[in-house]
Amino acid sequence: MTEQTIKFYQVGSFAVGNRLLGPQLRTVQADRTRSNALTSGHRACQGCGEALGARYVLDAAMRATERQLIVVNATGCLEVFSTPYPETSWQIAWMHSLFGNTAAVATGVAAALKVRGDTKTRVVAQAGDGGAVDIGFGCLSGMFERNDDVLFVCYDNEAYMNTGVQRSASTPAAARTATTEAVGREPGNAFGQGKNLPLLAVAHEIPYVATASVADLHDLEAKVERAMELRGARYLHVLVPCPLGWGAASRDTIRLARLACETGLFPLFEAAYGEILRTTPIRHLVPVEAYLRLQRRFAHLFGTPPRTEDIARIQAIADRNIRRFDLVDGSVEKEQR
Amino acid sequence: MLRQIEGSRAVAEAVAACRPRVVCAYPISPQTHIIEGVGALVKSGRLKCCEFVNVESEFAAMSVAIGASATGARAYTATSSQGLLFMAEAVFNASGLGLPIVMTVANRAVGAPINIWNDHSDAMALRDAGWIQLFAESNQHAVDLHIQAFRLAEELSVPVMVCMDGFILTHAVERVEIPTQEQVDRYLPPFVPQEVLDPASPVSIGAMVGPEAFTEVRFLAQARQLEALVRIPELAAEFEAVVGRPGGGLVSTYRHEDAETIVVALGSVVGTIKDVVDQMREEGTRIGVVSVTTFRPYPEAALAAALEGAHRVVVVEKAFAIGARGLLGADVEALVSGRGTKTSTVVAGLGGRAIPEGSLRRVFGEAIRGELEAVNFLDLDRAVVDRELARMAGDPRTSPSAARVLREVGESAARPI
Amino acid sequence: MFQVRIHGRGGQGVVTAAELLAVAAFNDGRHAQAFPSFGSERTGAPVVAFCRIAEREIRTRAPIDEPDALIIQDATLLNHPGLFSGLKPQGYVVVNTRKTWDEISVASRISGLPKNHGLVVGATEIALKHLGRPLPNAVLLGGFAALTGVVSLAAAVAAVEDRFSGAMRDGNVAAVTEAFNETHAVQARVKREKRPVGAPAD
Repeated sequence: MTEQTIKFYQVGSFAVGNRLLGPQLRTVQADRTRSNALTSGHRACQGCGEALGARYVLDAAMRATERQLIVVNATGCLEVFSTPYPETSWQIAWMHSLFGNTAAVATGVAAALKVRGDTKTRVVAQAGDGGAVDIGFGCLSGMFERNDDVLFVCYDNEAYMNTGVQRSASTPAAARTATTEAVGREPGNAFGQGKNLPLLAVAHEIPYVATASVADLHDLEAKVERAMELRGARYLHVLVPCPLGWGAASRDTIRLARLACETGLFPLFEAAYGEILRTTPIRHLVPVEAYLRLQRRFAHLFGTPPRTEDIARIQAIADRNIRRFDLVDGSVEKEQR
Repeated sequence: MLRQIEGSRAVAEAVAACRPRVVCAYPISPQTHIIEGVGALVKSGRLKCCEFVNVESEFAAMSVAIGASATGARAYTATSSQGLLFMAEAVFNASGLGLPIVMTVANRAVGAPINIWNDHSDAMALRDAGWIQLFAESNQHAVDLHIQAFRLAEELSVPVMVCMDGFILTHAVERVEIPTQEQVDRYLPPFVPQEVLDPASPVSIGAMVGPEAFTEVRFLAQARQLEALVRIPELAAEFEAVVGRPGGGLVSTYRHEDAETIVVALGSVVGTIKDVVDQMREEGTRIGVVSVTTFRPYPEAALAAALEGAHRVVVVEKAFAIGARGLLGADVEALVSGRGTKTSTVVAGLGGRAIPEGSLRRVFGEAIRGELEAVNFLDLDRAVVDRELARMAGDPRTSPSAARVLREVGESAARPI
Repeated sequence: MFQVRIHGRGGQGVVTAAELLAVAAFNDGRHAQAFPSFGSERTGAPVVAFCRIAEREIRTRAPIDEPDALIIQDATLLNHPGLFSGLKPQGYVVVNTRKTWDEISVASRISGLPKNHGLVVGATEIALKHLGRPLPNAVLLGGFAALTGVVSLAAAVAAVEDRFSGAMRDGNVAAVTEAFNETHAVQARVKREKRPVGAPAD
């Protein structure tokens, strides 16, 4: 299916608006009758990227499945701020698993549906980076290997936010967290090799893997829709800025989500059965500094004197991504095997 | 149908007859034959409408069961020892959520040191997790308890753990009457969940409960478990009416009515104790045995009634609270001490050590002569431990004793059953 | 109660032997309990399995310290210390070997063993003949049945037929029968009928 990228934006802000699009091209969020799976009244922080991401993803999934959806949720910010007993802000069939077993609980839900011949009801599992990349990885890998019919969504805010901003395997190099303080000879998180869960998902050769950003709603919704057209194990990794944990202004959530992509630090791509099929090109390449300066978790890089070597190393990470995923030099559609 | 069959396979057939919809398990000795049996029944098509999920860990196994049960499917899993401990968080989660999962625990010691043989330390480690715990005396009993377990779990919305001694029961080939599908269908109706994940009627399951309500929630869980004390005998009577033999209940007794000395125990060792009781009765000793089938909820009243006439009670148990004392023994002592009845705990069979009839006879004789301490270790090699204790006292550097003990004791420390 | 201890090496079907014996007893209308010694077994390592046979329900799970019969599936175990430990006076011993009873010289190590309670069977050879594989377990069952009368040939055959299929079943049935008949011919005083296991006390 050929797609045409909607190249419409207001001058100066690169924001994509729906005003001049026909209704059929508009997002689910623009639809007044959307399911509003995560309704208002929850206790998330102002500017919470995860609340935004969850609403975007699940409303799209609800539309794609005609509201036949069961959601399993890991322990974390999303679960905590959405279900303070006796209230819930979920308007869908929803279950809190534990921290490390969300994929397995979702597998159980899918098994129960399968055994009674229910092919209409679909299953989404969702977790933060902790519940996906770290403690949840074992069960996630098992779910991938069995190709259980579950879409697993990771909302990645790059640390254990709910417990006070501790470092996870997703925490980027040099970032300050409560367990990687900006002190000493090497302030912030170590420059390791990272743990790229989207690429690990690709390596499991499952039917669909994609990364998405809350800054590009059309792209995110299209990926959810594509994922829900498929059966088997699917994985979606969404970057969700956290104002509190990142030390950013709550109004900058969308901006940061866009900058992460436009610097090359967060590549947007789709893959299937072990092959990367499509990457979203960077329209306006930006140096990493523009992204880092907006977040206090990187403030120690810009002291007196600035840590120019560390900034260069972060730039090198971005540059490597750009090369690896071919994010510049025009739109490259890799041939699907 | 009467069969000469391995315990594990008998349980697999019984579980299959209960029409589970989702079976998920991770292999661990000595549970493997149970899951292999169920798996074979699914794969061959003999057990229909059942999704068999090969999970990557025990934690995943209980998690899959949780997801399936919350979606309205009858779910079953099995594990032992290290596996039970690995899924511990999910075990608590299941009972907290009121999901009627049935799980076989093929009792095995918990390491370190690693040990694959039978004792009750695994089930005991999870005795406070809010599950109903049943202990099988024989493979016939295990078959019967599994069927009643599904009925009990679904009626009360409490998960049930059926404990059977690893290797001793799981790997023993003996005579078992396996109820027919028709009998099981008569006894066990389809699963009707109290709360279920359903897009047509959405609910949020697993919400956070704060200080203002947590106590009440826990109290209600206690109330539900105590309901089981009433229902278990009733369901056992119903089961007996269907299959024509007794096979459940809270406690069972053997030659206890006029007994001066009563032995209390859980699981397969009761069989051995019964033979010893017969031998000692023949010599004129008034001794009997009480077998605890339902360990959780704790059958306080039934146990107290059974022990009423005893002058002394000997609790034989296959577990021990390190740093404290016996487990069941402590409970029983609290129960009967007011009457002046003396209780001794005999810790036996740890890590699969054999329990010979002669040793039991000896220790019961010692109990009768008042020679037992509060807690006694059956067949403890006193010489070995004394040497080791002396060595440790003389040498401040600590280092693992297990290796030295094994070297000293040689083959007999690993003497098989 | 009649208690049997079976010795062999991993891979020789020792555990199966105990189970076959239990099923045979079941076929004869008796109660039986078979269980292996549970160790980290590996091919070639010594393995022990047990079987109890009785007229009524068997409740005990205690170890069999004083067996009424020993079945030795592998003659290389004959020098194993403690192999014969606990054997009851008036007990039975069946050994898988081509040698004669005198040649294996075990009689001296078992005090009080009645002369006709020891049996040697070339079970491996019989198995090779009928199965093409050196699996002596079912064969020895035939010899045991004839020697002790504790299980009938018909029951043993039924147990074998239940357990195996195809060529293995047919071969094992033939092997069991041959061992039984051979033993019966040699042991002239063995009773053919089912021996009451109850005497004197069960």
